[in-house]
Amino acid sequence: MDSGKAVEEFSLDELRAGNRDEYARLVETYYEMIYNLVFRMLNDPQDAEDILQETFLKAYRHLKGFDGRSSLSTWLYRIATNEALMFLRRRRMETVSIDESKETETGEQEPLQIIDWCCLPEEELVSAEAQAHLDEAVTRLSPNLRVVFVLRDIQGLSTREVGEVLNLTETAVKTRLSRARLQLREDLTGYFGGRLGEGRRG
Amino acid sequence: MEHKDCKHLLGSLSDYLDGELEGDLCAELERHLSECDNCRIVVDSLNKTITLYHTTAQHVDVPEGVHQRLFRRLDLECFEKESNIG
Repeated sequence: MDSGKAVEEFSLDELRAGNRDEYARLVETYYEMIYNLVFRMLNDPQDAEDILQETFLKAYRHLKGFDGRSSLSTWLYRIATNEALMFLRRRRMETVSIDESKETETGEQEPLQIIDWCCLPEEELVSAEAQAHLDEAVTRLSPNLRVVFVLRDIQGLSTREVGEVLNLTETAVKTRLSRARLQLREDLTGYFGGRLGEGRRG
Repeated sequence: MEHKDCKHLLGSLSDYLDGELEGDLCAELERHLSECDNCRIVVDSLNKTITLYHTTAQHVDVPEGVHQRLFRRLDLECFEKESNIG
């Protein structure tokens, strides 16, 4: 799943029997991958660490029920994305009164801004400030769009793999990815379009 | 977004940029793009958005201590518990 970096050679029997060494080997192989996923989902190192721990605790407790139909990495991704989504929903419920963000996931797209910012110099597009804005823009996506975008465009999974992790059809993955990308384009157009204006005024 | 086609084609742009749009629809979209400056800008900026995330989304280094705390918690809540029972 992750570019063949992690070759899956684990003994399922040993894992299911609770063999500490075999489980430690599994954790060693995948903890960086899982940390990267949940960090991108949550954009906070402490939250990412908590969800990383919950993922491997839960995986250990549920190994007996792992049927091997999907790969171990897909299964771990599934647990991690569920944990991260539950975390985001809990937080959203706590802050719903002050965070009345518009739900665009199933509704119409926002109006399109037509500004050609592609001509900005490369150093402006990849500056540290721009990078921070890119990261924040991802956190403004609704959780269901964010998880698809992170898995597909940041973690580099295929459409089929994202579907396996989230139990969605490939069509549903593509639809959510399209909405996420268009929403990010709007967000970046607002940001980079503003930079374009500053440059012209300067 | 002046033409009636623009909104209708918006949902196809993501697939188009991934090279996954079917023949007829792809041809229809390209024909539209050749005559609609606004949609051309939307496609270019959408493409740039995706490219920026692909090129700047670097691997995040796991902060120091995360590995150690992860294994400490696994030892406490999984392995030691199991061995106590056993």
